[in-house]
Amino acid sequence: MKVLVTVKRVVDYAVKVRVKPDGSGVDLSNVKMSMNPFCEIAVEEAVRLKESKVASEVIVASVGPSQSSEQIRTALAMGADRGIHVEVEQELPPSVVSRALKFIVLKEKPSLVILGKQAIDDDCNQTGQMLAQILDWPQGTFVSKVKVEGEKVQVTREVDRGLETLELRLPAIITCDLRLNEPRYATLPNIMKAKKKPVEKLGLKDLNCDPLHGIQTLSVFEPHKRQGGNKVESVAELIDKLRNEAKVI
Amino acid sequence: MTRLWKLSGCTSRLLFSKYRLFSSVAEEVRDRLEYDLVIVGAGPAGLSAAIRFKQKCLESNVDLGVCVLEKGSEVGAHILSGNVFEPRSLKELLPDYEKRNAPLHTPAKRDEFYVLTQARAFRLPTPPQMHNKGNYVISLSELTRWLASEAEQLGVEIYPGFAAKSAVYDSKGKVCGVVTNDFGIAKDGNKKPSFQPGVEVRGKVTLLAEGCRGSISKEIMKRFGLQSNCDPQSYALGIKEVWRVPEEKHQAGLVVHTVGWPLDSRTYGGSFIYHMSESRIALGLVVSLDYENPYLSPYQELQKFKTHPKISKMLEGGEVIQYGARSLNEGGFQSIPKLAFPGGALIGCSAGFLNVPKIKGTHTAMKSGMLAAESAFEYLNGSKQYSEGEVELESYEHTLRNSWVYDELSRERNIRPGFRLGLLGGLTNAAIETYVFRGKSFWTLHLPYEANESLKPASSAKKIAYPKPDGKLTFDILTSVALSGTNHDHDQPPHLKVKDSKIVEEVNWRLYAGPESRYCPARVYEYVEDESGQPKLQINAQNCLHCKACDIKDPKQNIQWTVPEGGGGPKYTIM
Repeated sequence: MKVLVTVKRVVDYAVKVRVKPDGSGVDLSNVKMSMNPFCEIAVEEAVRLKESKVASEVIVASVGPSQSSEQIRTALAMGADRGIHVEVEQELPPSVVSRALKFIVLKEKPSLVILGKQAIDDDCNQTGQMLAQILDWPQGTFVSKVKVEGEKVQVTREVDRGLETLELRLPAIITCDLRLNEPRYATLPNIMKAKKKPVEKLGLKDLNCDPLHGIQTLSVFEPHKRQGGNKVESVAELIDKLRNEAKVI
Repeated sequence: MTRLWKLSGCTSRLLFSKYRLFSSVAEEVRDRLEYDLVIVGAGPAGLSAAIRFKQKCLESNVDLGVCVLEKGSEVGAHILSGNVFEPRSLKELLPDYEKRNAPLHTPAKRDEFYVLTQARAFRLPTPPQMHNKGNYVISLSELTRWLASEAEQLGVEIYPGFAAKSAVYDSKGKVCGVVTNDFGIAKDGNKKPSFQPGVEVRGKVTLLAEGCRGSISKEIMKRFGLQSNCDPQSYALGIKEVWRVPEEKHQAGLVVHTVGWPLDSRTYGGSFIYHMSESRIALGLVVSLDYENPYLSPYQELQKFKTHPKISKMLEGGEVIQYGARSLNEGGFQSIPKLAFPGGALIGCSAGFLNVPKIKGTHTAMKSGMLAAESAFEYLNGSKQYSEGEVELESYEHTLRNSWVYDELSRERNIRPGFRLGLLGGLTNAAIETYVFRGKSFWTLHLPYEANESLKPASSAKKIAYPKPDGKLTFDILTSVALSGTNHDHDQPPHLKVKDSKIVEEVNWRLYAGPESRYCPARVYEYVEDESGQPKLQINAQNCLHCKACDIKDPKQNIQWTVPEGGGGPKYTIM
């Protein structure tokens, strides 16, 4: 069975970001970018399925700027077979990305689509769910365990109540949480081999995908700096401060 | 079993093979990759060497493979420098660099030189070495990234995220490549499920371009006695911040250097303030690592420096966008070692070509890389005749010593050692050397001792009380470290090795009051009280900035910096 896995190019998790002086967004110039950590976990899971002979082919796809090809190459070095790069320069919300992915799914016909649960730049946590909706496929999100059995896949989800195990009929969508696996390192020989693996480049037009969406970012600002705390000597002083300084009573 | 891969269209001849290689710890099956030229370090020296080598290949229509290994997560991630760039070598390497969009955005416009006291700044005539007409204020990290893309266009293979751990020797003791670090070893030394053994990257020629105090370079210099005929290298620690300031405070192309306050007369060092593009200012303090007072903290001195009225005015309303630190060579001419060894050579700051009075080392590093590449090409192309006892890159020794690099460093050789007479004596000596003898004096001064030998016992040293950070102009060290983007996987053995923990207790703590807890610009070393109330050294290896100050300054050379898992360390982009 074919497995499609998606990756996103995001700001490296160890980098401190800042807002652009005009408040239009985060300053991404001269900032280290890497593969989204949850996407790394997704790629690892897909490669493990191939190694256990459950999957016959792993295709990695990314919707992003031209430099996203670096992340696709990393996924290929981890063990994916070929890549699909939908080149878009502007930032797109999950509603458009999921539409683009739908066209790839319809073209490639995978039995399983594995995504990271969310991207660490926008924290949307929507792409997998939206993709399941528009494909009308079952979804297992926040997954920490995956077991494929014939035409079904059993997933364990990490939810607020604890661990929930679901059985999904294939084809299905899975989004990965932190504890699913520990991604492997891409070794030097594999990075070299990955250079020769094919990567198809597409535009949104090739997918008949309309980039129109109804979201406009009005402003981006840093969270307000925390004020130091104050110790109060008496209840009366506390009431006074709550009333007159914090103005909450 | 050997598998031979011939990758069509590829300019390197690669052999993938699995060999059972015996290490002193365990049998490890390692992949082996073979190249003609292997370069350790994707910095200005390493990349210039790679580019020059490929240029020579193209000229002669020859197809030779070049591999550059870089321990940073991307090219430029571990590059930190002032930097007012002299484009002399770049013009030689890539004469059409302007057309190729080299990131030289800001021509240097004005030079200013000050001697500071606590409250005042006295402007002195700018020393000739600090005239920067024709130079550019740049981010070396950015320039290095550009050099990497130029190199890749010529077919150089660059692999960031792979740390070369040690050299590989053949049966005759010749260097035949390097081995990269293993991935996936847990803190306790056991292999994690994700374990990947390091790879042997073999080269007919290996160039070490690790920068100042390179770990493999150190090993090689010792093994082949490369420093037997020169002075030991001397070092300084440079700590740098890049600020974004309000436009009205910014003067693109302004280059300022200061000496004096906050450093005392016996501590050699000074500051730099360079106005870059986009309303940014690069500022930093360089402190010689042969300072005497164990209570000195170079990081805190930088914070103190910013409170000087002349400096604070420049920074008001601004914010720090990146922070970092790196040690640099100050030995100059007297400390140039033998460069070529069996199987390779040292280039760039691994050898040490920094011009101290100019505080520029990029142009000399690049030139050394280019000369070594030409020598390597001569050897690999079979066009050179060798006599008995000559090593492969013998001609590089000659060409470097006959080049402008050698002349330049020789001219300035007596300036830094003169400062052991203190600030005033040093400046006087420098003036005499520069204006009277013009670098042709017939004597050579030497520095009396090495960095790690210079500390006075804490009992006879004056404690320094540094002011608390104000969060606007001055910052606590951990806030700054976060701005370097540094990180390492926590579950790996600490890469800073303490050889003898008793020495830490008896010498570092008892005699010198734990100087590493003060000179480390990343708060890696901390003394915390254990259950019995005794101070114990705690190593926060994750914070490490790969500056190498501890490897240099530790009094008994008891702390050894070794390379951690590749891809860790700082993530400099505009340093």
